[in-house]
Amino acid sequence: MAETKTVDDETRTDGAGGLRGVDPDTALRLMREMLLYRRFEEKAEEAYAIGKIGGFCHLHIGQEAAAAGSILALDEGDYVISAYREHTQALAKGIDAGAVMAELFGRATGCSKGKGGSMHLFDYERRFMGGHGIVGAQVPLASGMGWKIRYRDEDHVVVCFMGDAAVNQGAFHEALNMSAVWNLPVIYVVENNEYGMGTAFSRVSRTEIHEKACSYGIPTSIVDGQDVLETFVAFRDLAAGVRGGGGPRFVDLRTYRFKGHSMSDPVSGTYRSKEEVEGKVKNADPIATLRDVLLEGGHLDQESLEAMDSEARTTAQEAFDFADESPFPDPSELYADVYAELGDGRMFFDGRERPEGSV
Amino acid sequence: MAEMTYREALNQALREEMERDPDVFLMGEEVAEYDGAYKVSKGLLDAFGDRRVVDSPIAELGFAGLGVGAAMAGLKPVIEFMTFNFSILALDQVINHAAKIRYMSGGQIPCPIVFRGPNGAALQLSAQHSQACETYYVHAPGVKVVTPATPADAKGLLKAAIRDPDPVAFMEGELLYNMKGDVPDDDDFVIPLGVADVKQEGDDVTILTHGKTVHVALQAARKLEKDGVSAEVVDLRTIRPLDVETILASVRKTNRAVYLEEGWSFAGVGAQIVSLVQEEAFDWLDAPVVRVTQADVPMPYAKNLEQLAKPSAERVVAACNRVLYR
Ligand SMILES: Cc1ncc(C[n+]2csc(CCOP(=O)(O)OP(=O)(O)O)c2C)c(N)n1
Ligand SMILES: [Mg+2]
Repeated sequence: MAETKTVDDETRTDGAGGLRGVDPDTALRLMREMLLYRRFEEKAEEAYAIGKIGGFCHLHIGQEAAAAGSILALDEGDYVISAYREHTQALAKGIDAGAVMAELFGRATGCSKGKGGSMHLFDYERRFMGGHGIVGAQVPLASGMGWKIRYRDEDHVVVCFMGDAAVNQGAFHEALNMSAVWNLPVIYVVENNEYGMGTAFSRVSRTEIHEKACSYGIPTSIVDGQDVLETFVAFRDLAAGVRGGGGPRFVDLRTYRFKGHSMSDPVSGTYRSKEEVEGKVKNADPIATLRDVLLEGGHLDQESLEAMDSEARTTAQEAFDFADESPFPDPSELYADVYAELGDGRMFFDGRERPEGSV
Repeated sequence: MAEMTYREALNQALREEMERDPDVFLMGEEVAEYDGAYKVSKGLLDAFGDRRVVDSPIAELGFAGLGVGAAMAGLKPVIEFMTFNFSILALDQVINHAAKIRYMSGGQIPCPIVFRGPNGAALQLSAQHSQACETYYVHAPGVKVVTPATPADAKGLLKAAIRDPDPVAFMEGELLYNMKGDVPDDDDFVIPLGVADVKQEGDDVTILTHGKTVHVALQAARKLEKDGVSAEVVDLRTIRPLDVETILASVRKTNRAVYLEEGWSFAGVGAQIVSLVQEEAFDWLDAPVVRVTQADVPMPYAKNLEQLAKPSAERVVAACNRVLYR
């Protein structure tokens, strides 16, 4: 039986200015990042409202610590793969805010050339392996990336994010079993925000998230995903263990979504009360939590905090402007990248003339 | 007659059939407490309770399979896919099981089940959420495929699908849910499967289509009319069973045909229809049948590329002009 770890009270309260073993520079960096994610998402929300962004758009507001604390603990060569609520994770992995925003706008300068949109952010160079729209389907893909790392004898890890609803998919269970059997270097992270759209997790499972990986023999941690310092320490240690050949890990990362499921869904409703959401926003805002620690510990003063925030707002605004000024993809892009190359034999059967300049 | 939306028509059909037959139950993601992701099942939980209107986990293969098993054992499940894109996860249960059970069991075990939900592209939902899936279903003998284009058809055909003794894939259109139209009040308003509908009569060219693109065809017909071309629009309504007679009669009248569909062309529905028309009405054709489909690419997100990728009324007009040698 695999063990389940929770962070004990001793670690939660340790001294060192309340940073729990995280050095002050890193703590400040986490703050800066989370502020950027918040301001970026707010900008995206604004852009959606005026029709600059179309389709589905799932914001990560409230879950910033889950992205910053986990991804900033990784090395550059490590892989990240996720579902569709992935804007801030893409930023965390180092994709330029302008390239992410331009993708949301469907512009040629977007990180997927405008062809993927909000749900399909990719950047191979930064090992951001996508935004995926089919719930649970990215989980086996992550195992495949872990397989490649082991196959080539590399020293990287894969972090695979999913929502709580994904653990009921067959693909999740098949993939975890294989990773365990083959000792693959993957950290499976459930961003447990308690709901899949309008369905509370407790309505669709008799067991808790952290129990899901036990039957595959994968060690599991429960981490407070609203606490970025706890999340950072947990992922730093987990990554070290996996890198050392320790095999897969599973994290029940407890978090909460402050906004509706997507831009077209209500923030609260029959599935969760307004009071519940307000309570979380008031008491479990990851940014406010770290802010208090930093201010109390004397690592940050009000003035530098405001400077940091205004820098984040500027970056978000610049990302918006960059996206807005960027061109739409050229029509010749329509048939580009369906295949690597067009050799002998017909590939397209739609009876259409391809736009000028097409492959 | 009462005017209502396509969504309300579906809701009424579900309600009436659940009242009529206690073995009918509805299962799917968000169908109960949330009233359905697209509100098609609004109020059904209150009316029928959680024994018959059931929220499932996100586990398409699992709950589709559960439905197939329940149908084999004697119930009449209606399984909602939040969209047909996600039904691809469940295809094994449909193609390997639902479609084959009656046959493999030597006729002993029927599988009266409806798989329903929106099919095809909406707006800017990108590649994994913008797929027309009818080809996957219609390919397999044992499955019926229904694609209503209007509120009245939605109601009459859903009632027929639920009463049908075989598995039916019932494919709605997300962009149709708000469309209004007249629907007969009659509790027993059932449109039999396998009967096409001539949505507009015309003499010069036949536009054959199914589902949401019926409205694109009608738009094209209006444009053609301004050019003095009289186009007939034939809505298949059900792809399998197929109303071959209505299709052939129209082609024999106009001598020219265009097939319009939302999905990809290769092995698409139109490929089958073209094959049928040339086999059975070759002598009546004055031009090769031309197809208008989605571009042969995964659906791009960018607005301009998406517009280019989708079939449009302009493309239908151009195709009609081509078969008219204009
Ligand atoms: C296979 C599949 N089924 C259904 C959907 C529709 N859908 C999109 S998100 C979602 C809820 C997922 O919730 P969760 O995994 O908890 O992630 P969260 O949105 O909370 O981040 C559903 C049902 C989908 N995208 N894919
Ligand atoms: Mg969730």
